[in-house]
Amino acid sequence: MNKTFRFALIPIGLCVIWQAVVSFSSVPSYILPGPIMVLFALKDNAELILEHSFITFFEIIMGMLLGTILGCLSAMLLIWFKPLRQWLMPALVISQAIPVFALAPILVLWLGYGLASKVAMATLIIYFPVTSAFYDGLQQTAKDWLDIAKVMGGKKVAILYHIQIPAALPKLATGMRVAAAVAPIGAIVGEWVGSSKGLGFLMLHANARMQVDLMFAALFVIAVFAVLFYYVIDKSLARLTRWHHPHKV
Amino acid sequence: MTKIAPNIRLSNFRLRYQETEILNLSSLTLQAGKWSCLLGQSGVGKSSLLRAIAGLDDDWLIEGNVDFDTGHSDVAYMGQKAFLMPWLSVLENVQLGSILRGEKRDEKRARDLLNRVGLGQYIDHKPAQLSGGMQQRVVLARTLMEDRATILMDEPFSALDAVTRHELQALTYDLLKGRTVLLVTHDPLEALRLGDVIYVLEGRPAKLLPDIRLVTNAPRQVGDQEVDELYPDLMGVLSKAERV
Repeated sequence: MNKTFRFALIPIGLCVIWQAVVSFSSVPSYILPGPIMVLFALKDNAELILEHSFITFFEIIMGMLLGTILGCLSAMLLIWFKPLRQWLMPALVISQAIPVFALAPILVLWLGYGLASKVAMATLIIYFPVTSAFYDGLQQTAKDWLDIAKVMGGKKVAILYHIQIPAALPKLATGMRVAAAVAPIGAIVGEWVGSSKGLGFLMLHANARMQVDLMFAALFVIAVFAVLFYYVIDKSLARLTRWHHPHKV
Repeated sequence: MTKIAPNIRLSNFRLRYQETEILNLSSLTLQAGKWSCLLGQSGVGKSSLLRAIAGLDDDWLIEGNVDFDTGHSDVAYMGQKAFLMPWLSVLENVQLGSILRGEKRDEKRARDLLNRVGLGQYIDHKPAQLSGGMQQRVVLARTLMEDRATILMDEPFSALDAVTRHELQALTYDLLKGRTVLLVTHDPLEALRLGDVIYVLEGRPAKLLPDIRLVTNAPRQVGDQEVDELYPDLMGVLSKAERV
């Protein structure tokens, strides 16, 4: 079956099942609104949802950007300065024992109710997967490639730039795919803890007023965005690392 | 080839890995412009010796000297597998040295060399699109591009099928003429086909057995008198060699 067709059929099928459950059971609409109701809520509140969406999307993209940059820089530092590795690596691993969600209230306390705390949250949540994936990739660069480069008289910086970084891209891509999937969670959780804007805020606000259809509408937008975001990242990374799967292209 | 090929002299050369002494060579001279072949069982230390001459550092201790009588080490290295960079095109792979050193790339020369190894139509391909034999040809072009006076090869033909290997041995021999070559191999026939001098490493720590000097011109064929005469002797030496 055609891939695009299947891609369209899955959500339509799920909506039909969803509507059927709502229609044939006696679940009240303030517990589970049907997809049609959610669609109307989406249409009626389009402007409101759009306004809050922009905020959340911005947080996610900024978090993704910052987390990736910081993660890549950290991985390169770890590769470059061997002594640093022995100190920084355990610290990094220990830091992962602290649930990032538990940090959300602290971040809001420190950085305020605005964008900064949510961007920080998204950054933090993706920092580790990006760092560890890229570090792994840099470290596992085939020794023979490095040997050839050394015999050719390549300087350490040139070897890092021309050999190690390209060789590590497939690993980095794996880390970034994980990051793309969790970055939205970071932003939304940040908004739940304390905010005055964003889709997470809108969901809490609607929840408090029993506007369950609006809650679902916000959730729907988050889901669509998260899927699209993942798709775009995945496709662009696949393009960049096409050489890694020569037979798939 | 414009450079002068060096004699490479090793004297009182020892290589130690942790507590174990791997190699102990009182003296070895790789003659200028000749093919020296190094035979020995797997794990005897052939590759280690080659890597040490290439100046690649592993976690070992080296005692003694490696002297290039031209005054400087000027080597290119060819490994067992092609080790081309999979993200670069064939043409870029041939120019890897210039890319790494940040020099101006000589694209014309790279194209010429690829034509000489018979890969003129494949310059825009990625290595994964080529067969094993073609990849080794790219490596050969890359090695020639570097234009080094010394070529160190670690079983570069071992992963190829018999016909491709035979072709590539002849091509490599032809293109590397005049350089000082050290070829590590486990195949006595390959050594007899290409070598001017054959060395055998044996024992732990590995020492050199008396070398075998060939008089006729390489590349030789099976059926050539010299090859047929020396083959049983060489096999005898290798099978008697102490296993490590």
